[in-house]
Amino acid sequence: MSVDKATVAKIASLARIRMDDAELERMVPELNGILAWVEQLGEVDVTGIEPMAAVIPGTLRLRDDVVDADPLTGGRKQADVLANAPAAEHGFFGVPKVIE
Amino acid sequence: MTDLTSLGVKDIRDGVAKGDFTAREVAESFNAAVAEAAALNAFIVTTPDHALAAADKVDADRAAGKQLGKMAGVPIGMKDLFATHGVQTTAASHILEGFAPRYESTVSQNLWNAGAGMLGKLNLDQFAMGSSNETSYFGNVSSPWRKAGSNAAMSPGGSSGGSSAAVAARIAPAATGTDTGGSIRQPAAFTGICGIKPTYGRCSRWGVVAFASSLDQAGPMARSVEDCAIMLGAMAGFDPKDATSLDMPVPDWEAALNSDLRGKKVGIPREYRMEGTDQAILDSWEQGKAWLKDAGAEIVDVSLPHTKYALPAYYIVAPAEASSNLARYDGVRYGLRDLPDGVGLQDMYAATRAAGFGDEVKRRILIGTYVLSAGFYDAYYTQAQKVRALVARDFERAFQECDVILAPTTPTASFPLGSMNEDPLTMYLNDVFAVPASLAGLPAMSVPATINADGLPLGLQIVGRPFDEQGVLNAGLAIQQRAGFTARPEKWW
Repeated sequence: MSVDKATVAKIASLARIRMDDAELERMVPELNGILAWVEQLGEVDVTGIEPMAAVIPGTLRLRDDVVDADPLTGGRKQADVLANAPAAEHGFFGVPKVIE
Repeated sequence: MTDLTSLGVKDIRDGVAKGDFTAREVAESFNAAVAEAAALNAFIVTTPDHALAAADKVDADRAAGKQLGKMAGVPIGMKDLFATHGVQTTAASHILEGFAPRYESTVSQNLWNAGAGMLGKLNLDQFAMGSSNETSYFGNVSSPWRKAGSNAAMSPGGSSGGSSAAVAARIAPAATGTDTGGSIRQPAAFTGICGIKPTYGRCSRWGVVAFASSLDQAGPMARSVEDCAIMLGAMAGFDPKDATSLDMPVPDWEAALNSDLRGKKVGIPREYRMEGTDQAILDSWEQGKAWLKDAGAEIVDVSLPHTKYALPAYYIVAPAEASSNLARYDGVRYGLRDLPDGVGLQDMYAATRAAGFGDEVKRRILIGTYVLSAGFYDAYYTQAQKVRALVARDFERAFQECDVILAPTTPTASFPLGSMNEDPLTMYLNDVFAVPASLAGLPAMSVPATINADGLPLGLQIVGRPFDEQGVLNAGLAIQQRAGFTARPEKWW
């Protein structure tokens, strides 16, 4: 499978990365080179093989159902959470107008 | 007095404990060496005060007769992928420039608790995506090594290129690295130092900027196997804040180091004998076999039949996870915001990410988005995950016949900066020997073996069974003792 400029534009839009025409043109052969190379995976017989998502099989732990069990990741962190926001306003994350 | 910057982790820790020198003297020596080495561009920010404060605490504790930690008095470099409280943490990306975390990563906190101090935050490939340290927003890192008779700047490897350059140049006795598909082992090999990626889950990923979460694993980079064993012991440990953290005790790897390999079997994977591998690398592999045999091990042939498919599988799995992980950089909660006049939220996201991410990061996000998109998911992503399962099964079967696997770390020695930029694929191929162990989550280490005809270091790789870091370190130690690698870069910076 290979991609054309329109497909790259679609992917870039899905990934929320603005790209001008020149960048899209440049990406097309680069992505196609990578996609042509990964195509060889189709040769591998994977009959009966389960896809591997985690290398160490394990069960997901549940922590105790306690408020602020670990103070580091608990609540009352508004100032810390907002400390690096580019536009914190009135205790919230500021964003441009969403509703037209 | 000895030049303190020539000492490694063990010698510094033991010398401070004995009172041969103070932790403050050590920190001052390394701070000065770091300040002199700006030409390497190994650090994005330096933190001399952090190193001094940690040293003063160790000196005070020693004076008070308190028990000292495993890394007491050792100032280290911290890869700028670990969140450090109040100190800029960027992943070498413009999109995180100025980000000062309000928390500390578990691994860095473990190191400070063990008595280490921080010299600064080390440069890397942007979001750890790269094998040459040429994708950083903060500029390339130069290896301290140069080809004999040339002044061309060489690659320190990547992504932990600031770490490898700093340790090889002796401006840090050790540094943290992270390894997603070879990012500790390949730079270690390029710069003549040691580096170990432990079993997936040994070191907490909490507070480490995520690249590909099912692969990312932290580990130490230092100039000896002993130093790696000490530092890994300080970094590792169960962390309830990381859902994939291994809930197992951390063995005392340093105490159990033993290079007597009698009764051990070393597997040589026949599929690693690939076209395009330098003859000098193949020769060093042969030499490695002889060294391990000399240490008492039996050499056996093993087969890892899916080796050639590991790299393409990695270049689907890792970008897929990256495209998802990097969705968080949206210009809202932290980092860069690019808000052109009069645009709405969606355009702000797109403008911010266009301005903030470098080319390689964009390329991988696009690949990841594509292989996860409707209609292509099964053909690419599910197939890659199945191939990953086969790569892991290959290792499982091989480890029924051997205890550790010996292979080259890289197919070539370091290359000049700028020489591999034509095609992203040629750069990816540099990780061909490193990626399989990453896909399988296995402990793997690179140790320096020799230097080639150009005077550049070559590394050997040891891969072990899950949780058997000790077996890997022991084989590494056997190589280290026989290789007698004492070459060091001539100071030009």
